[in-house]
Amino acid sequence: MDAAGQDAETSASWQDELFECLLREKIQQVPYVPDNGHAHIIERAHADPSMLAYPLTTEEEGVAAACGAWLGGQKSVLLMQSSGVGNCINMLSLINNCRFPFLTIVTMRGEWGEFNPWQVPMGRAAGPAMELMGVSVRRVDEPNQVAPVVDTALHDVFSSDQAVAVLLSQTLLGRKEW
Amino acid sequence: MATAEKRKFQDGRGEAKLDRRAVVASLLADRGDLLVVTGLGSSAYDAMAAGDHPRNFYLWGAMGGAAMVGLGLAFARPKERVAVLTGDGEQLMGLGALATIGAAGPANFSLLVLDNRHFGETGMQPSHTAKGVDLVGMAKAAGFAWSISVTREQHVEELRERLQANVGPGFASILVRADEAPRVLPPRDGVEIKNRFRRELGFATI
Repeated sequence: MDAAGQDAETSASWQDELFECLLREKIQQVPYVPDNGHAHIIERAHADPSMLAYPLTTEEEGVAAACGAWLGGQKSVLLMQSSGVGNCINMLSLINNCRFPFLTIVTMRGEWGEFNPWQVPMGRAAGPAMELMGVSVRRVDEPNQVAPVVDTALHDVFSSDQAVAVLLSQTLLGRKEW
Repeated sequence: MATAEKRKFQDGRGEAKLDRRAVVASLLADRGDLLVVTGLGSSAYDAMAAGDHPRNFYLWGAMGGAAMVGLGLAFARPKERVAVLTGDGEQLMGLGALATIGAAGPANFSLLVLDNRHFGETGMQPSHTAKGVDLVGMAKAAGFAWSISVTREQHVEELRERLQANVGPGFASILVRADEAPRVLPPRDGVEIKNRFRRELGFATI
């Protein structure tokens, strides 16, 4: 197998592991603003009868939807790219004030091997911005860390009422080829 | 009519006649198991004035988020009806949600905008709807199953029936007078409102 083939296999495998984590935690709503790094998970979420995946026009909608899901007894996970973190800032006051459990999985841009300079400011600010609004940040840099970090994040969010953002780093996702 | 006045009524619905408190009180009378999410400000006070209820979730901030809280809730509770009660200003901040809701299409969801054509909480500045921005048309174009303008009392009863039917997603813009009714403040401890809501539905708070 060539290097590109191996990369593709590694990528599909950590994405499948991540998806299995969501299934184990009985996540029922997966609102998302798409990103390539989430593409496989979005596809699987749409195909799984135990989940409802739905696209948003902006990431803050998913913050609000996560609260509604929890009010109604369901667990959700919000998928977004780092550029969307800034769109969520004020809506995160809902999570903070009402202490809603909240997990978002953020694919990173603008931090490593980035071709598009417009991705850089929000890429740099994504983690600190989440932390400023009371969401704790956990990073994943290696494929074999994905499942353990996401599993633990799910546990902490839904068992001890926390708000967590898992950042999937660009070293994990690979460069976007232009 | 002065130019400003002409612009004000450009949406063709004429002068607002409905009293927001009376409309909300009749919409929420005999509500059954209806779940209600309100936007911040006047619509929250209106719901509170109609009677506090454990099936009410009031926002005190997170402007633009009420409709999406309602959507997440509607997905989670497909056997119950969800009504979001908000104002024109709050919904204008979340216009994208119309597309998200139209595309997702839950039948048990209604979005009711109490449209007084003003930002009431911040000094009654005219809002976009005062200049003719047509929320009913937007919801229709976004794919809501029904989208209506409510301008008279006799429409209110029909709207109440629609809330209880499972024929959404639905949208109503209710043209109300820009009165400043006395504030009736809902509880503002977010954790308590959340936990009360979940307890009412039989869920543990964590």
